[in-house]
Amino acid sequence: MTDTTETPALAMQTGLLAELQDRFRRSAEYVVIPILALIVSGVLFSIFLLALGKSPADFFALVWRGGFGTSFSWQNTLVRSAPLIFTALCVAIPARLGLVIIGGEGALVLGGFAAAAIAVPMIDWAPVFVLLPVMVVAAIAAGGIWIGAVGALRHYRGVNETIASLLMFYIAVSVLNFFVEGLLRDPSDPNKPSTRPIGSENMIGVIPGTDVHWGLIVGVLLCVLLYLVMNRTTFGFAAQIAGGNLRAAQAQGLPVGKLMVVACAIAGACAGLAGFFEVAAIHGKANASLIAGYGFTGILVSFLARHNPLVIVPVAIFLGGIAASGGLVQRRMDLPDATVLVLQGLLFIVILVSETFYGRLSFFKPKGDR
Amino acid sequence: MSQEPGLMTVLLAMFAGAIRVSTPFLFVSLGEMLTEKSGRINLGLEGTLVFGAMSGYAISYHTGSPWLGVLVAGICGAGFGALHGFLCKLPKVNDIAIGISLMLFGTGLAFFFGKAYIQPSAPRLPSISFGGWSDHPGIRQALEINPLFLLGIVLAIFLWWALKNTRYGLIIRTTGDSAPAALALGINVNKVRLLSTMAGGFFAGVGGSFLSLYYPGSWTEGLSSGQGLMAVALVIFARWHPIYCFWAALLFGAAGALGPALQSIGISRGYHFFNAAPYILTLIIMIASTSPRRSLKGAPGELSITK
Repeated sequence: MTDTTETPALAMQTGLLAELQDRFRRSAEYVVIPILALIVSGVLFSIFLLALGKSPADFFALVWRGGFGTSFSWQNTLVRSAPLIFTALCVAIPARLGLVIIGGEGALVLGGFAAAAIAVPMIDWAPVFVLLPVMVVAAIAAGGIWIGAVGALRHYRGVNETIASLLMFYIAVSVLNFFVEGLLRDPSDPNKPSTRPIGSENMIGVIPGTDVHWGLIVGVLLCVLLYLVMNRTTFGFAAQIAGGNLRAAQAQGLPVGKLMVVACAIAGACAGLAGFFEVAAIHGKANASLIAGYGFTGILVSFLARHNPLVIVPVAIFLGGIAASGGLVQRRMDLPDATVLVLQGLLFIVILVSETFYGRLSFFKPKGDR
Repeated sequence: MSQEPGLMTVLLAMFAGAIRVSTPFLFVSLGEMLTEKSGRINLGLEGTLVFGAMSGYAISYHTGSPWLGVLVAGICGAGFGALHGFLCKLPKVNDIAIGISLMLFGTGLAFFFGKAYIQPSAPRLPSISFGGWSDHPGIRQALEINPLFLLGIVLAIFLWWALKNTRYGLIIRTTGDSAPAALALGINVNKVRLLSTMAGGFFAGVGGSFLSLYYPGSWTEGLSSGQGLMAVALVIFARWHPIYCFWAALLFGAAGALGPALQSIGISRGYHFFNAAPYILTLIIMIASTSPRRSLKGAPGELSITK
């Protein structure tokens, strides 16, 4: 759409058309490559199943039924998707700055623990509308500080964020175990060391007509909000620049350190919120059940979604569905439940490898560049 | 000794624990060290370790030879290393993310094929008794040493010598410190990294087979307590030095044994923080020894985690 003043109308129109075509080709890349990657992993996994003498068609039909086929399986899927949405955000937001955070599980565990711990002294007297907000704040603060510290260490001390967040996951787990098996252990529960239950009257309910708790809605809204923040605000723009070229961002006078800490704190807060919902909507107390691997699957979700908050929602539902179908696959096909893990790992590898094709397939390039 | 039986018990338990638990740490960290020396990081060694544990156990069960199991575990590990090395050489493919995906994939495959081996018991690796001189049963038990532990020490010394004094060591170090310099010397960077990752995977697989074939000594899904991931921290802790890797592995093993040892003499408080001690220590060392302007001392220049 350059120098439109001098070009005749017709040329302008064809120019416009060509530009639209080019644009379409370039954005088609972001749709076609992931779909191809899904197909390739499906084919590879089918070969794996065939080699074991199992029918791939049966398998995929069962995954469909167990994950998305009935309203019951949909609800099962959505309950599993909710924490994945939050933990994927924990990877996606720092990824805009070029940071690879893999310790979202730690922020989830600590967030859930903080929510349950702060509730313990309040259960007897505080009404629900005081208790739950306090728990939310505690979870967000715990997760935010935890991952925010990783960002601060990265900027001010040059400590690698990937390793630091991983180490802090182990530390978070030991904090949880220390309190749950010691100071905050509920003596009336002889089985699994847990904090005192927050009580069913204080639990978050489900979306009317379903078994799915409100965390899903909050997660979807948070994705939209963070999409807008990362794509429509100065903060998001600055983060994008810092992620593209750190030196250039510093030369521009952008507060890179502050950006890193804030992005990481937002990320941690998201994962902390996941912990809150696990406690307030599912378990009712904090115990080792919080360490369910949602934080690690969230990494996969975020990479599949190419760190785009809006795409995280469908991807989380997709992977939640695969996980939900595990039980059915196990029962019907006599396959171990780890089958789903193999599929996830394969999917992850193929998606990562597909990154290499962006910008290299001539079909998607603008005409002049071929 | 009679004055402080509690302290002695704890020290002995830590000593025994250090020897018993450190072998997988030692092998995985030596593998990770070698891979990182060539300029790449493999976060997938956890998956390799678990798969090594499963395959070693399965082979030992079917053939009756635990040593064949160790070998096959190593070969499977080298296979995972080859996959990692091959995928990471593709442009725009992130080695950290590939590592995480291979961790998931390796663990998944191990659990998938390992279901059949949870029940049966396979022949275990033998141990060598070094404690004949002592009457103390605790000491005798602590000095029941597995040959793999000794092999690990030899490997650490060999790697230290080879990295410093041989042509291949120089090639690996050059590749890890500066890919352009290696290229200028006519070194095939991708090939060096592929082979280093494969060798690293081999060691990690062997480390995994120790878990299932010696201690704890059977295949279960909860066998690994994250040794493969901890190895990454351990290598940083050891500053990419093979001999320090050995000391660090002993320290991590002893720290892991401290909690149960304290429990055995009646101290149960703070038990979980002792489990976390290695991680806290590594984090403190990383904080203390890095700065935004220079990377860790001894770190390979090409390594993505220290850039």
